[in-house]
Amino acid sequence: MSRTSLITQMLTNDRGGRVFLAVLAAVIVAVPVLNLAVPESSALHVSTYTVTLLGKYLCYALLAIALDLVWGYCGILSLGHAAFFALGGYAMGMYLMRRIGDRGVYGNLDLPDFMVFLNWQELPWYWHGFDSFLFAMLMVVLVPGLLAFVFGWLAFRSRVTGVYLSIITQALTFALMLAFFRNEMGFGGNNGLTDFKDILGFDLQSDTTRLGLFVITGAMLALAYLLSRYIVSSKLGRVVVAIRDAEDRARFIGYRVELYKLWVFVFAAVLAGIAGALYVPQVGIINPGEFSPLNSIELVVWVAVGGRGTLYGAVIGAVLVNYAKTFFTGALPEVWLFALGGLFVVVTVLLPRGIIGLAGQIKTHRQAKAGKQSGALT
Amino acid sequence: MKPLHRLRGMMNRRRALDVPPVTAGHLDVSHGPILYIEGVSVSFDGFKALNKLTLYIDDGELRCIIGPNGAGKTTMMDVITGKTRPDKGTVYFGQTLDLTQMSETAIAAAGIGRKFQKPTVFPYHSVFENLELAMQADKRVWSTLFAELSGEQRDRIDEVMTIVGLQALSRGRAALLSHGQKQWLEIGMLLMQNPRLLLVDEPVAGMTHQEMDRTAELLVSLAGKHSVVVVEHDMEFVRSIARKVTVLHEGSVLAEGSMDDVQNDPRVIDVYLGA
Repeated sequence: MSRTSLITQMLTNDRGGRVFLAVLAAVIVAVPVLNLAVPESSALHVSTYTVTLLGKYLCYALLAIALDLVWGYCGILSLGHAAFFALGGYAMGMYLMRRIGDRGVYGNLDLPDFMVFLNWQELPWYWHGFDSFLFAMLMVVLVPGLLAFVFGWLAFRSRVTGVYLSIITQALTFALMLAFFRNEMGFGGNNGLTDFKDILGFDLQSDTTRLGLFVITGAMLALAYLLSRYIVSSKLGRVVVAIRDAEDRARFIGYRVELYKLWVFVFAAVLAGIAGALYVPQVGIINPGEFSPLNSIELVVWVAVGGRGTLYGAVIGAVLVNYAKTFFTGALPEVWLFALGGLFVVVTVLLPRGIIGLAGQIKTHRQAKAGKQSGALT
Repeated sequence: MKPLHRLRGMMNRRRALDVPPVTAGHLDVSHGPILYIEGVSVSFDGFKALNKLTLYIDDGELRCIIGPNGAGKTTMMDVITGKTRPDKGTVYFGQTLDLTQMSETAIAAAGIGRKFQKPTVFPYHSVFENLELAMQADKRVWSTLFAELSGEQRDRIDEVMTIVGLQALSRGRAALLSHGQKQWLEIGMLLMQNPRLLLVDEPVAGMTHQEMDRTAELLVSLAGKHSVVVVEHDMEFVRSIARKVTVLHEGSVLAEGSMDDVQNDPRVIDVYLGA
């Protein structure tokens, strides 16, 4: 079976996914055109600020897909998934710091500004190699993946599940946040990493670089979606859902449940790391605040709002909630947290399957109505 | 060389945890019986759940086991599947396989399937997918990711769906099945693992009359190709399927024979059927 036919076969059973990919493709093409070709005076012009904002949303959407894989499909409610996002972000941030070279405030070619400020004499060993883009990209994937592997290996092998697992994932991200706040860690402490200049020689402030990053993020999102769709529609995907619904039964049939969970958890951590790496050059900063437990919880809300276990639902949730956040924090900053809390309550009580589930509910309701009217009994 | 071999076996985690799966070829039923339970005793805190129980199941036989509550029926199943280890006695699967020395997974892999009282199927998956998941296959993660159903495997799934009578519901979600259909699906899931011996615990509890008849037919049709041991309370149902009935009482065999023989046995009437 050739690869293209595999993709078409996957998508024939996935209407939501087709719509999502079509919309994503349209956005990736339209936004750069509207930014570059349409004059600023026109109402159709998309400002560079909006491009960056949309790019941020796409990173969040990628992160949401990662969480949907572990939570929606495998039933592992990770309340620390943003930690992997932040680790990927830091790996990218370290590369961008090295790119600054002697253009920093202190003009030191060998050391980033914050190290000069702390009177450090030489680069810590774990900063070596980050001058290379390839090495940094490898770390973007390896660091979150390895942490997820070790953490998952210990947790799943000891059969830690449910709320206990959620609590230790929360503890994981909290511990990382405290560690990264320390100046001695060598990651810029409280201020994190910022003041980036360029990526692979492209000026980060220029419109075209920002457009490029936006397009790459969109393409990564599409790729991650297709990969995740392949996974959930494979037999492995069915085993994973079986584990979610009846873990003991799956084990009894002969599946090594802990290895399946570990595999999905590590894959989702890698996706989250990539999302973080794409996020940092667009927002221009990474600091320990990204490890904040609140971020991981917000991420759970996105996926719950969009609808678990569909992948594209997670994307819709991430974009909608973040759009609302942008709007509220601009217009009514003090209301935002209440709105977020309220949203979570409403979704939990009224829409257990999120916005995507709502569409299904309306459809069955209509069908039931139509069935009644025609007097047909099924 | 031998100690080295043994050491290597101990270092290998997979082997240390479960004995390597024994293929059906190792099962030796040349002497007739497929299961030998001899002098098995199990006690929990002084309570003798099984007391020198001796029981043989022939290859291809359909056997019903009845007995009042606390007679040791469930404990017997637990001993066969390796969940409980006997204090005394031997349990052999065929001539060669000592079940008291094998892990639960190894016993399952050797060809003993057990259906629990409460049906547990995967609710979100279709009937077809439930059977696919239960199929004997390479169950490692990466091979599962790239697994594709062969025509042969598809045929096997279709065959089992026909046996358990769920062909028409192939694409329906298991959550939507009736209680009886779930029981049949679970029996189907057991069949996918090609067991030689099926242990079925109270299959008709909570079933309607039609479902009971259908289940009776199903179990009778399975006998011959598989050996089937049914533990059941419902006398009418036992009468409808049983060729040979074993009555357990206080952890040992009280009587054995056809349903009529057993029902007319004064000792049985005394402890169980009479009253």
